[in-house]
This record gives sequence, C-alpha cells and structure tokens, in this order.
Amino acid sequence: MTWETVIGLEIHSQLRTQSKIFSGASTAFGSKANTQACAVDLGFPGVLPVLNEEVVKMALRFGLSVNAAINKNSIFARKNYFYPDLPKGYQISQFEIPIVGEGSIEITLESGDNKTVGITRAHLEEDAGKSIHDLYDDYTAIDLNRAGTPLLEIVSEPDMSSAKEAVAYAKKIHALVQYIEICDGNMQEGSFRCDANVSVRKQGEGLGTRAELKNINSFKFLEKAINIEVDRQIDILEEGGSVVQETRLYDSIKNETRSMRSKEEANDYRYFPDPDLLPVVISDELLEEIKKDLPELPTEKKIRFIDTLGLSPYDAEVLTSQKEVAEYFESIIKQGADSKLSANWVMGDLSAALNKSQLEIVDSPISADELFLLISRITDNTISGKIAKDVFKLMWDGKGSVDEIIDKQGLKQMTDSGAIESIIDDVIANNPGQVQQFKDGNSKLLGFFVGQVMKASQGKANPKQVNEILNAKLS
Amino acid sequence: MHNLTVAELIKGLKNKDFSSLELTQHYLDRINNSDLNAFISITEDEALSQAKEADKKITKGSSSILTGIPYAHKDIFCTKGVKTSAGSKMLDSFISPYDASVTKKLNNENMVMLGKTNMDEFAMGSSNENSYFGPVQNPWDTNKVPGGSSGGSAAAVAARLSPFATGTDTGGSIRQPASLCGITGLKPTYGRISRYGMIAYASSLDQAGPMTQSAEDAAIILNAMAGFDKHDSTSANKSVPDYTQCLKNSINGLKIGLPKEYFSEGLDSGVEKIVMQSIKEYESMGAEIKEVSLPNSVHAIPAYYIVAPCECSSNLSRFDGVRYGYRCKDPKDLNDLYLRSRSEGFGEEVKRRIMIGAYALSAGYYDAYYLKAQKVRQLISEDFKKAFKEVDLIMGPVSPTVAFDLGSVKDPVSMYLADIYTLSVNLAGLPGMSIPAGFSGNLPVGLQLIGNHWSEELLLNAAHQFQKRTDWHNRSPAEGQGARR
Repeated sequence: MTWETVIGLEIHSQLRTQSKIFSGASTAFGSKANTQACAVDLGFPGVLPVLNEEVVKMALRFGLSVNAAINKNSIFARKNYFYPDLPKGYQISQFEIPIVGEGSIEITLESGDNKTVGITRAHLEEDAGKSIHDLYDDYTAIDLNRAGTPLLEIVSEPDMSSAKEAVAYAKKIHALVQYIEICDGNMQEGSFRCDANVSVRKQGEGLGTRAELKNINSFKFLEKAINIEVDRQIDILEEGGSVVQETRLYDSIKNETRSMRSKEEANDYRYFPDPDLLPVVISDELLEEIKKDLPELPTEKKIRFIDTLGLSPYDAEVLTSQKEVAEYFESIIKQGADSKLSANWVMGDLSAALNKSQLEIVDSPISADELFLLISRITDNTISGKIAKDVFKLMWDGKGSVDEIIDKQGLKQMTDSGAIESIIDDVIANNPGQVQQFKDGNSKLLGFFVGQVMKASQGKANPKQVNEILNAKLS
Repeated sequence: MHNLTVAELIKGLKNKDFSSLELTQHYLDRINNSDLNAFISITEDEALSQAKEADKKITKGSSSILTGIPYAHKDIFCTKGVKTSAGSKMLDSFISPYDASVTKKLNNENMVMLGKTNMDEFAMGSSNENSYFGPVQNPWDTNKVPGGSSGGSAAAVAARLSPFATGTDTGGSIRQPASLCGITGLKPTYGRISRYGMIAYASSLDQAGPMTQSAEDAAIILNAMAGFDKHDSTSANKSVPDYTQCLKNSINGLKIGLPKEYFSEGLDSGVEKIVMQSIKEYESMGAEIKEVSLPNSVHAIPAYYIVAPCECSSNLSRFDGVRYGYRCKDPKDLNDLYLRSRSEGFGEEVKRRIMIGAYALSAGYYDAYYLKAQKVRQLISEDFKKAFKEVDLIMGPVSPTVAFDLGSVKDPVSMYLADIYTLSVNLAGLPGMSIPAGFSGNLPVGLQLIGNHWSEELLLNAAHQFQKRTDWHNRSPAEGQGARR
C-alpha cells in the first residue's frame, strides 16, 4: 500500500530585539537566572504590557519577504493556562487576527525542482520562562529571563510531503529570517524552534489524523523525528489501528516520539482579545518604509547569480542558502574574481574544510579577502589550480598569507617556455616507446606526457603551456 | 480643620494657618479614633515624614499646589514598600516593590499618604462586605454599608478622616459609595488616568478617579491624577486641561437628559424624590430638561457580568502562589499548590466571578457569552451617542436605594442590581459623577451626572454650579444628619 505523508511546520523564531516584547528588560541570552525580568515580566499585580514597536517592524519585514497579506489591524489575545514559568497565567499572543496573513515561499527540492510552500500566517507572541526540573531533587527551578522574549510564530500550510521537504522548508525560513535580520537563527540557544504536524494518508484520500511533534532543535532531528513518526503512524494504520490526535515529544537520544498529551487533555486556552493592548495599526507609510529597507532576498539573489554571474541554478541555490555564505561569496566576486571559479572554491574546498572543522563560514580561518587572493593567483597564472589546493591547506593551518606561502614553498608556477621546453625534451628523450605509440595514433598518451612533465617540474609547470609545447613537439 | 475642603486646605497651608505636619497629625488622630474600619493600613510613620518633607518644601518655596495635602489611597494602587492588598487575603502579605503611576504622580506633588483604604476584594462588590479585612461602616449610620468597592475611601472622606481619597470605578465603585456616603466622586473617561500599578479587575472598564467633598476638589485632584502614561497603552495621549478653569461657566441653556429607563420600576421613591428635586434645581439655573432613552441599558447588568468576570478570570490568574502573595501550607504538588493557594486565598465573590468568566470564555461558549456581551456593549455605547446628539449631560440616580443594612443583601444577584445605573457608563467608557443631592431618611442620596467622552470640564462645572447653590456636599455625619457646619 502506498502512503502519503503530510507535514506542516510551526516555527518559533525569536526576534532580535534589544528589549522584550512588552517590557524594557533585556533579551540577552545566558545571563544569571532571573536577572533579566522586570515587574512586567514577573507578572506583578498592576503591571501592564506596552508593545515594543520594533517587533512589529520585524514581523512586517517577514510578511513582505514571503509576499504575505498584512493585516492592517491585528489584535493581541490572551492564551490562558497555568504554568509556573508563565507568570501572568496567560501568554500574550495573536489568535484571530495575526499581523501576517497568507503568504508563500519557494523551496528547492533535491531533484532540483522548485516547490511553493504556503504560509498560513505569522503572529507575534511572548515567550514563557524556563522550568528547570533537574536542578533540585524536590523542586522545579524557574528562570524567567526568557519570559517576554518576542517570538514570531510562522505557521505553514500542510504542503510538505516528506521529511526532506520539511527540512528544506525549515532551512529556507531559517535563511530568510537571518537575511532580513530579524532572528539570529541560533538553534542551540533556542532562537529558532520547529514543531511539526505530521499525518499520513492513503494516496488520494483526505487528511489523516495528525500528531504534533515538539522539542526539535536541529534540522537533523527534524528529519529523524518526522521519519520515525511517519513509520509509527503507518505501522498503526497497517495493523488496523487509528492514529490519536496528540502532542508528542521527540527524544533525540532514543530517537523516538512519545505522547505528551492527547487532544482530550489539551488545555482550553480561553482566548480573548487582551484589553491591555490596543489593536496594532499598520499605516501604508510604515509598510512602504519597511519595503524600501528590505535587503535583497535569497530568491532574488539566486536569480541574480544565475542571470548576471552565469552560475548554475544548483550553485546559485547553495550559495544563497545561507546569508553568510552569500556574503562571503559576494565579497570575493566584488573584487573581480571569476564567478564560476570562486563558486567552486567556496562550495568545494572551503565548504569541505569548514565541515571537517565544524566551523561556520563567519569563523573561517581564511577570510574572503584571502581566498580572493588565492583565486587571483590561479587566474594570473602564478600557481596552478592543483598547487592552489596545497596553498589553501597551508593557509587554513595558519602557515602565512597566500604570497608568503607561494614564495616560501617555491610554488610559483613555471611559465618560462625555455625551461618548460627543456623538461619536455627530457621527457620525450626518456620515453621513446610512448612517443612512437603516440605518433601511431594513441592520442590518449598525451596525458601521460603531461603527467611526466608536471612530475618533473614538481607540479609547477603551467599546464596550458605544457600542453601547447607538447602538442607542437609531438606532432 | 477636618471640615475644610482641599481648596481651603491649600489656602491654609499657603497662609501658614497650619503646617502639613499639624494637618497630617490631626487626620491621623481622627483615623486612629475611628471605628469605621475604613483603612486597611495606616501609614503613620511614612505620613509624618512626608509631611515634614512637604513643610520643608513649602518653607523653601519649592512646593507645588498640592504639596502637604494629606489623602487616603485605595488599597488597589501599588505603593512601594507599603502593603498593597486589594482587600484580599491573597495579597495580605504583599509589599509592592513599585509605585503605581497615580501614586508616583501624587508623590511628585509631595502629598501625604495617610494610609490605604478598605475595599471589596479586588474591587468586586457594591457594599465593601467582600473585604478580607472586614466591612466598612457607613459614617451616617454605622449599621449601614458604605457602598463599594471604594467603600473605605468614601467612608474616610465622609467622616472627614481624610481631605480626599482615591478610588477606582469598574462598574460604579467610585460613584455608588460616593452616593451612599454623601460625597463627590468622579469616574473620568476611560483612558484619562493611567491604570499602571492599579491592580486590575476588569481592564477594559477600570478607571481611577478622585473622591472628594466638592466638585472643585475633584477638579483639583483630577489635575494631579490625569494624563498620558507610556506604561499604559490604554491611557489617552491627550492633553490635560486645568480642570479648575472651567468652574466659572454659566449653565444657562445646558441641555440635560433624563433617561426614562433610569426612573422606572426598582427605583426607591425616596431616592427618586431627591433626584427630581435636584433636577428642578438645575432647571432653576436655566438648564433645559428633556427625556431621553437608553433602550439597551436594561442589558447593562448581564453584559457587565460577562465582560468583567471574563477579564477578571484572566487578570487574576497571576495570583497562583508561585512568586508572591498567599501560598497554601505544604503543597503536595503543583496542582495542589494552585488549587489550595487560590481556594484559600480568594474570597467567595472573587471565586464566583473567576468561575463565571472562565466558563464564559471556554470553548463553545465564547460566542454566546463574551462576543454577545461585547455586541451589547456596542449597542449601549450607541444609545449614549444618540442621546448626546440631543443633550449635553445625562442625569439620574446613582443607586436605586440609599445605603442598606450591613449583611442584609445575601444573594449575589440582588447585590448586582445595586449597580444598575452605573454599569452602562463603564461599558461605554464615559465619565460619570456622583454628587450629594439630599437625604432620604437620614441617609445621603447622590445625583449621577453622565457626560460624553472627555467632557470632564462640563461635568465638573455642572456639579460645581449645583454645589454653589446647595450645601449637601458640606454636610458631614460627625455633626449629625442635617446639621450645617
């Protein structure tokens, strides 16, 4: 039997404001427990929330980036439930009328095809504090530093049909929020969190009962959690059972999902408009201002890389998938480097080295300027591409600048035709058998001669010249 | 000295007839000798040191108009370092770490806080009998209720324990006790005074205001309390006029509307007589009297008793025994902590309203209750809008009866009916006032004045003109009913 998977994601993206969504307290991460919560965050009697205007602008940046409908009058509502890390006994969120309405985003699938994923809505809300259950034996500790931190919850349509698609979408949103500088994207610190709504159905049938997966803090886990959940649901259905609508926690250590609460146990949140806050009114002027202020978006950048730099769609996709990578690449290009060659270096040697050392591109030991120099030394024939790979490794290990390494190691390319000719003459003289075969028509042997020449020149002979001279001498 | 109005005390301080310290000590003595239970906390030490500070400022000439004037603060306003209980066991141990914006404003004037006044728990009640700290007695007859929820403030001003007091009004909590205690009470337009630091009952209805002897005093105190506050998004960013400047205008030609619905069944005939007498007084001052209709006012009680409990059920969720306030002994687990802290910490009426609100907001009932009530609220607003096209002010009774016996109203719904003439004003966000208009038996009767949004100047002037021609507001129970000072 063929099963279809249906996935929708809810992404909580922490907005990069200095202060909280409804108070003046700082949002900095990692401070001593309960030092960044003021009377408002602590829910003291009599305190009132005041909206941080910055979060509205950030939400609008997002909305405009996904071509969403913007609600010019959105409303904050109270989501009521009791929990010790929720000081007021309600979370201020948006319910009926979110600031960002329907939009969409294009993702690139592994096949190279594009797919449009619908965005249902994106709304502003405050984060809760943290409950720490393992600090004391008999008590739960509460840290309210995070209480009141602004979040944009981005809800997708159930448009993804595999874990891989869900990850592609999540990555796309992750890249976007960093491009438009509304979120630092730090998943370890919880700045970007995904919940996945997963269901399966037989081909052509209506939507199945879904489970909501929570507690997923990396793309790797997102993929694993969805796959494991899909398998679980298919097993149940194939055995004639039925899936229960519930919230499930993903346990990355055991690689399993566990029931957290069923639909019946779910809270009735008793949403109603928060009477302490006025509707958020968006003027046309503000929208215009924000539109003007938006940077080039990943999709726009990708198209530009294809159209004006002549990159392949695949290369353009990879290079624009992360803001920092695109910035790194562009700063090489801006200095005049060949775009295809630069793309290969960034996606090839640099990316491999970064992966191996588990570094982000912003922490690369080789700066974009240095990589530009290395690439220039290839195009100006100082070194060959092959030698450049060795130079790159030495640069990575901090052995000096491009030119220092070329100098010190004597790696400068041999471009003196006389010198190359004399090496070629030696090779020809030492290999009369092969010369004869070549002359008899075995043209494949050219590679053999090139190899011998390069070997004799310790790889420094200019390959183009070697080819030319060899061809002339052997014909 | 204690019969002087704030306006008179300001002059006395300026002329050095007495010092703020003398004044303060005098009121403190009166409070300490009073059995009305009008105060939850008497802040004697703080008051005396504030008075000394004020006297220094007065001597140095760096005082403002209200410097050194003592007052009583409803125990719903947060006061830094002083217990702020909201009349509840839940907050019996709560010392606020910050000042409400209103408290700050009065502190900035170097005013002297005598203490915190008794009130119905979390401002829920119309008789002050819902206070954890016991009921307040009506100074005109100690067997009677003072009204509520600002019952302590009203009794304190009526008994001249304080020159004025602050109050809050969610459904009549300034106007009704003002009426029942024979003082002047003003509930301004919603948004006129900051709600920051005022413990929330029903956020969309709560509004602070002055409780004073006279309309002139109300104008003086409103000047100090009003204004935009960046900490309260619902406070209006609207300039504050000098409310004392409007008190000289003639009311000749003023159009006064009497809502026919306010003079129907249920209105005590003694109260009606006094209200009609006062209307005649206005007529004799040149006002035109006209009947108007507020057809949806009959729905005010049900609408209010949905909206207010819904908001309160959420506003009071923060009292969970986790961070401050009452916590039950030896909680077994989290649920037990919540359940017992809230069951033991809240009084009956508060729990009743939380239950009603939580029910009305729950899935499947929201549309039928909360949304419906909001629609009714809209209709009530439109009734007023229509009426104010025809008239400048609306007048009528504040309360259907005079002060009733302590303990006499046992069933909550009958108690809710006491608010029938005051609730609509809150639902529509309008300013309303109660001024002393006479006596029925030996108990005071108030006249209610209702204005359009932001018409406080008109209201205060109309009240002041009445008080220029009558002396009901000057009568005090200390000298016995009907006696003049």
